[in-house]
Amino acid sequence: MKTDLIIAGFGGQGVLFAGQLLAHAALDADLHTTWYPSYGPEMRGGTANCTVVIADEPIGSPVVARPEAAIVLNLPSLDRYEPLVRPGGLLIVNASLIDREVRRTDVDVIPIPADDVAAELGNPRLTNMVLVGALLSRRAVFTLDHVAATLEKVLPERHRHLLPANRAALERGAELADEVGVAAATD
Amino acid sequence: MSVELLKGNVAFAEAAVRAGCEAYFGYPITPQTEALEHMAKRMPELGRVFVQAESEVAAINMVYGAAAAGMRTMTSSSSPGVSLMMEGLSYMAGSEVPAVLVDVMRGGPGLGNIAPAQSDYLQMVKGGGHGDYKMIVLAPATVQEMIDLTLLAFDLADRYRIVSVLLADGSMGQMMEGAELPPMKPLAERPAWALTGARDRDTNLVSSIHLDPEEEETFNLHLQAKYAEIEANEVRFEEHLLDDARVAVVAFGTAARVAKTAIAGLRAEGVAAGLLRPITLWPYPEAALRDLAARVDALLVVEMNAGQMVEDVRRIVEGRVPVRFYGRTGGVMPMPEEIADAIRETASAGAASGAPADTAAGGSDAPAQEVPA
Amino acid sequence: MTIQAPEPLLTPVYQYPESLTHVPTHYCPGCTHGIAHRLIAEVIDEMGVRQDTIGVASVGCSVFSYRYFATDFAQAAHGRAPAMATGVKRANPDKLVFTYQGDGDLASIGAAEILHAAVRGENITVFFVNNAIYGMTGGQMAPTTLEGQKTTSSPAGRDAATTGAPLRMSELLAQVDGAAYVVRRSLHDVVQIRRAKKAIRRALEVQRQGLGFAMVELLSSCPTNWGLAPDAALAFIRDEMVPVFPLGDLKVPDEPAAGAPA
Repeated sequence: MKTDLIIAGFGGQGVLFAGQLLAHAALDADLHTTWYPSYGPEMRGGTANCTVVIADEPIGSPVVARPEAAIVLNLPSLDRYEPLVRPGGLLIVNASLIDREVRRTDVDVIPIPADDVAAELGNPRLTNMVLVGALLSRRAVFTLDHVAATLEKVLPERHRHLLPANRAALERGAELADEVGVAAATD
Repeated sequence: MSVELLKGNVAFAEAAVRAGCEAYFGYPITPQTEALEHMAKRMPELGRVFVQAESEVAAINMVYGAAAAGMRTMTSSSSPGVSLMMEGLSYMAGSEVPAVLVDVMRGGPGLGNIAPAQSDYLQMVKGGGHGDYKMIVLAPATVQEMIDLTLLAFDLADRYRIVSVLLADGSMGQMMEGAELPPMKPLAERPAWALTGARDRDTNLVSSIHLDPEEEETFNLHLQAKYAEIEANEVRFEEHLLDDARVAVVAFGTAARVAKTAIAGLRAEGVAAGLLRPITLWPYPEAALRDLAARVDALLVVEMNAGQMVEDVRRIVEGRVPVRFYGRTGGVMPMPEEIADAIRETASAGAASGAPADTAAGGSDAPAQEVPA
Repeated sequence: MTIQAPEPLLTPVYQYPESLTHVPTHYCPGCTHGIAHRLIAEVIDEMGVRQDTIGVASVGCSVFSYRYFATDFAQAAHGRAPAMATGVKRANPDKLVFTYQGDGDLASIGAAEILHAAVRGENITVFFVNNAIYGMTGGQMAPTTLEGQKTTSSPAGRDAATTGAPLRMSELLAQVDGAAYVVRRSLHDVVQIRRAKKAIRRALEVQRQGLGFAMVELLSSCPTNWGLAPDAALAFIRDEMVPVFPLGDLKVPDEPAAGAPA
């Protein structure tokens, strides 16, 4: 088993944390994982991205040229990563911020209005969790329960009260992705 | 102890704490600053020394002072900052004090950028500072090795009264990976030669000055004898899929782990590729490389620089086997696919050999170069 | 009848300091480095701290000072003695740590290190020997060289328009909050030498009390590179240097309460 993905967006959208959560979840499942960030000045307000690799054996490269999956939270990230996702791969798009159509037809495209969902759930900072939920629905790397349990472990004490909201965001993202999947299957 | 998700910079800093490092001196520079920040918090809470120096020049000389006083001590920096430390490193070599330096390399020359590179190889392995001296240079390729080699760096530094360098890069510093930290070690006693005040003993002197050339030569020969002992005892390397390999990659650190992914893909295609990964860049695994050169058709050196370690590989191999080079420079990380292409080319050139097809391969950015006969 | 050893008739008023080794110095005739060494050694003896003192030598004529002090010693790189002393002191907070630096070392190449040692309030004592010239390398211009003073690198005399005016390090460092004790003394006559010794004592006491950075600047002679006889060199300090580098206390800790023993 080996999977890799890139999560990309603006700094402040929780891109790096979403990747770390998946890496923590991988360790909790006794899998190997690497988390590799873009780092430096571009992290503050510019674009941020991280690459997460998860495998059942030791990992060589922590970087991938053509990821199996990508979660893009803004338009520059879609522009950059749409061409790179491997054929047959997965492209999860934050439809709240990205209004253009995805051109690729050889990848599984999941548009999720993640910012709107987060706002409905009462906390705009849950965007990243909505999208992680969508990922878990399409790639059965971990169960939602497993990721929620990891989140409980890694969330700093001062943010513990946000656990139920995070859980709801993961679930809502997964539901929406399921609906997209059903719609695609019936097209 | 258990496996936890650790960032490379935090991992080596905490490993140093647990190795019994009692004094850290540093200056902020990306991409190693998380280490300095970790020490700023950890060292004072343990009652140990943390000083943010006014420059890397000052930081290394503070390390020199604490080392002269017999404390386990260290600094960490990145390429431009490490350049400023060359003076202090030479003095420490010349006065035989132990210390640990971590260089989280970034793209250069000059201010360059903050992206990962391996272009301080020559500076660290061949000297950098003035005079006939060497430092033990350890090249981690995983976050776990950032920890394990930091512990080893302190032990070797103390054993040989030498500066040990952990030569990492921005990728190793910034990435997170599962790793296990060791338990806290007890603090070491101060050695008898250290500056602790001459209470009930003769005075001690820590100095690198030998004004009489004959005396300096005698001292230098003593250093050389020590270096020979290190070369005999402390070589470390990893052999990966080399038993049946026809083509072998020689690479260290991040370049080596990216090459492993390339090799895994090629093995699935039936290409008999393997990897020799030096863990000690000095002392270099010369015997293992010579032995490998006698068994394979061709070698490919992969580095995140314009070709530095390849000079050592060619020197050691002495033309027994074609040696090609693939490098990305300026902070660009090679992708597994590029390395796989370079391995394929090297393999086909090697299989067709007999002919000295010993030209360097290169990325789109690296022109092919003729190898000196 | 047994012969009893007589009681000593005389008490010694002058003897070789225990804190100096018996190595003849390399300093030129008439140079005041020897006086500075002697004063520091006497004070270390009087305080009874020879076995608890660690010196840090600099680069310049005082490069060999480690040979002459009978204490633990380190030899620093040019200008870096305050940084090295920081490491030594942080590793040995209960010991007395001093640097011994010339003006090229402290005021030029080591300007950043001395300034930031003061900024940190580093609890070390600095002996700053200012002879307005680079001695060891053969008499080049230093940051402290007087205007018009001829040196081998300012053969027409120091021109302030192109090389700046003499740098007053004590005044500079006295501005720094972390500096506890900064004074300037001179070694050009007996009265000044006795005052210098008191300052050296005070500077080490300041360290022992943990009050912060302490520095004693000592105006000194360099007869060889000034091209003057020893007595003329002492007169040069008095007549030429003191007006540019005024003697006095630039910063001292609060005095003990009135009536307390001095």
